[in-house]
Amino acid sequence: MTDASPDPTFEIRMQVMWNRLISVVEEQAMTLLRTAFSTSVREAGDLSAGVFDTEGRMLAQAVTGTPGHVNTMAEAVLHFIAEIGRDNMFPGDTYVTNDPWKGTGHLHDITMVSPSFKGDRLVGFFACTAHVVDVGGRGFGADGKSVYEEGIQIPIVKFAERGVVNHFLVQMLRANVREANQVVGDFYSLAACNDVGHRRLIAMMEEIGLESLDALGEFIFSRTDAAVRERIAELPRGAWGNRLLTDGYDSPVRLACTVTIAETVNVDFAGSDPVSRHGINVPIIYTKAYASYALKCVVAPDIPNNWASLAPFTVSSPVNILNAERPAPVSVRHVIGHMVPDLVLGALAQALPGKVLAEGAAALWNIHMSVRPVAGGQGRRAEILMFNSGGMGARPALDGLSATAFPSGVMTMPIEATEQTGPVVIWRKELRPDSGGDGEFRGGLGQEIEIEPLPGHEFDFSAMFDRVGHAAKGRNGGKAGAPGLVALDDGTALKPKGWQHVPSGRRLKLSLPGGGGYGDPVRRDAAARANDISKGYVSK
Amino acid sequence: MTAQIRSPIRLGADIGGTFTDIALEARGAMYSTKVLTNYTAPEQAILDGMDVVLRQAGLGYGDLDILIHGTTLATNALIERRGARVAFVTTEGFRDVIEMRTESRFDQYDLNLVLPTPLVPREDRFPVRGRIGAQGQELAGLDEAALEALAGRIATGGYGAVAIGFIHSYMNPAHERRAREIIAAKCDLPVSISSEVSPQMREFERFNTVCANAYVRPQMADYLGRLQSRLQEKGAGCPVFMIHSGGGLISVETAAEFPVRLVESGPAGGAIFAADVAQRFGLDRVVSYDMGGTTAKICLIEDFAPKTARSFEVARTARFAKGSGMPISIPVIEMIEIGAGGGSIAWVDAMGRIQTGPESAASEPGPACYQRGGKRPAITDADLVLGKIDPENFAGGAIRLSTAKAETAVTRDVGSKLNLAPLPAAFGICEVVDENMANAARVHAVENGKNISDNIMVAFGGAAPLHAARLCEKLGIHQCLIPPGAGVGSAIGFLKAPFGYEALASKIIRLSAFDPAEVNAALAGLKATAKGFVRAGTDGAIQSQTTAFMRYVGQGWEIPVPLPDRDFGPGDAEALERDFQAAYARFFGRAIDGLQDLEIEIVTFSVKAQDIRPAPERQTLTRGRVHVAGQFSRPVFDPAKGDLLATAIIPRETLRPGDRVQGPAVVVERETSTVVTSPFDVVMQDDGSLLLIRKEMVE
Repeated sequence: MTDASPDPTFEIRMQVMWNRLISVVEEQAMTLLRTAFSTSVREAGDLSAGVFDTEGRMLAQAVTGTPGHVNTMAEAVLHFIAEIGRDNMFPGDTYVTNDPWKGTGHLHDITMVSPSFKGDRLVGFFACTAHVVDVGGRGFGADGKSVYEEGIQIPIVKFAERGVVNHFLVQMLRANVREANQVVGDFYSLAACNDVGHRRLIAMMEEIGLESLDALGEFIFSRTDAAVRERIAELPRGAWGNRLLTDGYDSPVRLACTVTIAETVNVDFAGSDPVSRHGINVPIIYTKAYASYALKCVVAPDIPNNWASLAPFTVSSPVNILNAERPAPVSVRHVIGHMVPDLVLGALAQALPGKVLAEGAAALWNIHMSVRPVAGGQGRRAEILMFNSGGMGARPALDGLSATAFPSGVMTMPIEATEQTGPVVIWRKELRPDSGGDGEFRGGLGQEIEIEPLPGHEFDFSAMFDRVGHAAKGRNGGKAGAPGLVALDDGTALKPKGWQHVPSGRRLKLSLPGGGGYGDPVRRDAAARANDISKGYVSK
Repeated sequence: MTAQIRSPIRLGADIGGTFTDIALEARGAMYSTKVLTNYTAPEQAILDGMDVVLRQAGLGYGDLDILIHGTTLATNALIERRGARVAFVTTEGFRDVIEMRTESRFDQYDLNLVLPTPLVPREDRFPVRGRIGAQGQELAGLDEAALEALAGRIATGGYGAVAIGFIHSYMNPAHERRAREIIAAKCDLPVSISSEVSPQMREFERFNTVCANAYVRPQMADYLGRLQSRLQEKGAGCPVFMIHSGGGLISVETAAEFPVRLVESGPAGGAIFAADVAQRFGLDRVVSYDMGGTTAKICLIEDFAPKTARSFEVARTARFAKGSGMPISIPVIEMIEIGAGGGSIAWVDAMGRIQTGPESAASEPGPACYQRGGKRPAITDADLVLGKIDPENFAGGAIRLSTAKAETAVTRDVGSKLNLAPLPAAFGICEVVDENMANAARVHAVENGKNISDNIMVAFGGAAPLHAARLCEKLGIHQCLIPPGAGVGSAIGFLKAPFGYEALASKIIRLSAFDPAEVNAALAGLKATAKGFVRAGTDGAIQSQTTAFMRYVGQGWEIPVPLPDRDFGPGDAEALERDFQAAYARFFGRAIDGLQDLEIEIVTFSVKAQDIRPAPERQTLTRGRVHVAGQFSRPVFDPAKGDLLATAIIPRETLRPGDRVQGPAVVVERETSTVVTSPFDVVMQDDGSLLLIRKEMVE
């Protein structure tokens, strides 16, 4: 045993405050979940919350949330500081934007940042992000030709100054969105959750007698930095490339990357297809969020997220579909964005053989339905959003998870809640047999969904699906998962992207893709095969 | 007093994971004992314990007036997956609801995550055609012919129980009831239907709950039958009642039919124990803190009633992580449970951060200081190194503790990794576990729209008195009561439990379309159900409390709004709206303004009925006048001062009511020690409770 440090309790007190900060942001996220209006936030958990130092560096982030929000929000606060300006920040302020390039990649996500003052001294920032149900424009879908068609754009402005809400902004919002009450309600929820975080932080600082978060930030960043760099040092050095094809809007899109491991890890996306004419483009901030998420899952899964845990992971890219610039349409950036982990993991698998899972369904199968009575009939109108997941890729020693979101962190909504929201009947939502790729370890199963408008109703839906033309590939000899299918129950084939119609009396049938298998199928355990048959995961 | 009215002789029995606790209340005295839980014949441990306390009290089995029982057996059957083989009959198209869960991962970064296996495997889940819609309308008729055929297969399939769960059955149970008739006609098996077990919206939670009920039903029915016959053999003719997860009493017959309602009944007893203390002292806002060997449980108690919830999660598989267990939708005393107990193991993670639990040293090998081969440091080891425990006098001297072994373990796994001497390393361990508990308590309060520092704490369980003062410092709580009998708190709590039952029903009603007749009819049905269960246990007066769970249309989280106990009329929608707005503002700081035509809806009704109990004799908290100094002292680490301080050591039995001792001090007794940190004093109360109180609070 070596000498004890001069003030041994300093170490302990810093650790305790770090814990407390994580608890503060968890409270912040919980408040958002409890008060939000959009199903995407309250049922599915499509949100994030975090606390930042005065430089805009993330100190801690709530465990509740999804990677696409978490890692993008980590950068967003810097833009707010730059644009609002320190001199223009006051206690009681809240700032907002939905700028895809400064926030989280599309207009549907609202990011709010609030400065936290102790007395008149700025001590940090709270930020949160949530996906709201509507932002006007064409609605949630890939059909816009530029971001201007995709909805109202809110530059970085004050939602509240010194506690007084910007009513002009609220009026503009009301005039531009379809579900004004829900959207405005969510704006209030976001502001309220930052407020909760701020109050808890100040209470903690008063209790402990802290005047600034500088020393604590230094402690968090130095500890985290050392731990992440130690992990990176254990990786082999070199560069590995990967490419994959996805469905795109109406023609396949190629994604490419090179992962370079040195002191830090960089992912370059040169070789990916150019910017698309449709709203499937991805701002680099979102690409980076999912690239660093994939790397962190493999390299440092147990290290808490903060500025220092993300800093050693960098991205670069020429302008292309993964680095689309304004005014490219980006509404459903998540479909291509959710492919980024499979792309990056495919490169990492070459560096770390035997350590990386197979490809999976990747993109959520989100469906937005606009339901109405048939012409001349009586009934209800409703906007309904469902999040659904296909199968995850098989792992090096485990079968893939069936019908489970990856890389997204969101949950599905109960169908009983969905049917309460609007006049549709979900006739089926169950596992899809034979959809998991064969292998020593089987890919996760996709699922089958059947939706019919209630009698006297019809609906249009925005398809935001992928892996219909391009199945999830297996790894190490594992077979591909089954590709997805979109059709009506009379056999009419439908497209995986864009707005389409389901007439009264017809059912929309979605078959979600399965995950790829891992390892040679001949090595699969006989008991595992028998179990697949008896449970009906595999029909023969 | 001229006439002696004999108060009933009541016995509480709590089967826990390690110990079975027995508490007997007779002639104004309390007798208690702990015996080891017997897993093969749980009723035997109860009888063994009863022998002990009855002998102490000089009574026989025939003298008992009532026996109240709570057990962790149902919970354990779910955790250890030792239940019946269940056939689950469900709506066509929804065979995999209990397997697909929420389609999410409870840990975002763990690529090797394993999700809990469903209670009923896919081959035993049988979809049947027939469909009820969201408004309760029939969209497709029930396929009775297919059910007839299925009933035959189930009868010969080797099943132990049947569960039925259909979509939207909480709106219209007709299909589930008809299916039960058809199956029961062909199978001699217990059949549970989701509209009776858990009539709440959200199919995953409801289906899982009905499957869990079926899963534990045969085992619990057998056990309860054996217990009753053994008691009869012994000559105990008294009625037996079960404590349920909501904290009330139900008959053994009801328990055998709805055994899922017994899940978490032991911890519920602890919350009732704390609620009783709260009522005795007239404390309207209390947080109960129960810390044992493996977990700590925290519960909010408002106006002498523990907070309740409509669902919870059991059998968490991964470090108590949210989402790693299974949801059970039944009325339950809401508490937060974290992996922090005296046996929780301390370790250091990749960032050099001290972590504690959820792994526990349990009783074998136990903490390193037990000298039974444990090498890894537990919370008890850290407490010992800090001087909080007297090594010569632990558990009544039953186990001699080794401070040297504790120091070695603390140094090996924590101190050497962080360059800390044993004392600061042990302080670090205690700080982390205390901070974890404080954070859990704080978040739990926020989830309920409360501020934790407004409460008085009631602490019980073997490890709680060692940590309560520091926890209060962290939470900004000024007073903490440590009642006598804290070691068997749950069993004592059983004796205080009311005959109570909560009936719930999901019914979605917008205030703009509020139909008083419809609401009155629904509430009348719930009242009849709730009172029916209570009437089975008591002839006394019954009171009921009606609650509507409401939200803005579009929100997903409902908040409870108490309703008046009367029929509703046409003008009541406005009053409900005002009540909701006020409740919302209490929860979340402000009602939402600036919204036009924002609708409000009721989602679920609840009726809670219970018998009216005489209030316990009221006591007043005394802050004490007589300052007492200890005869002995030893150095004990004080967290606020960050150093060892000379600390008075005082045996609990030497304190008289009104005595006040200045912290730092340690009050020692047979089962545990109460640590009084430097910001606190301790005052002996009239009933033998200890009150930790901030120094500045004086008479």
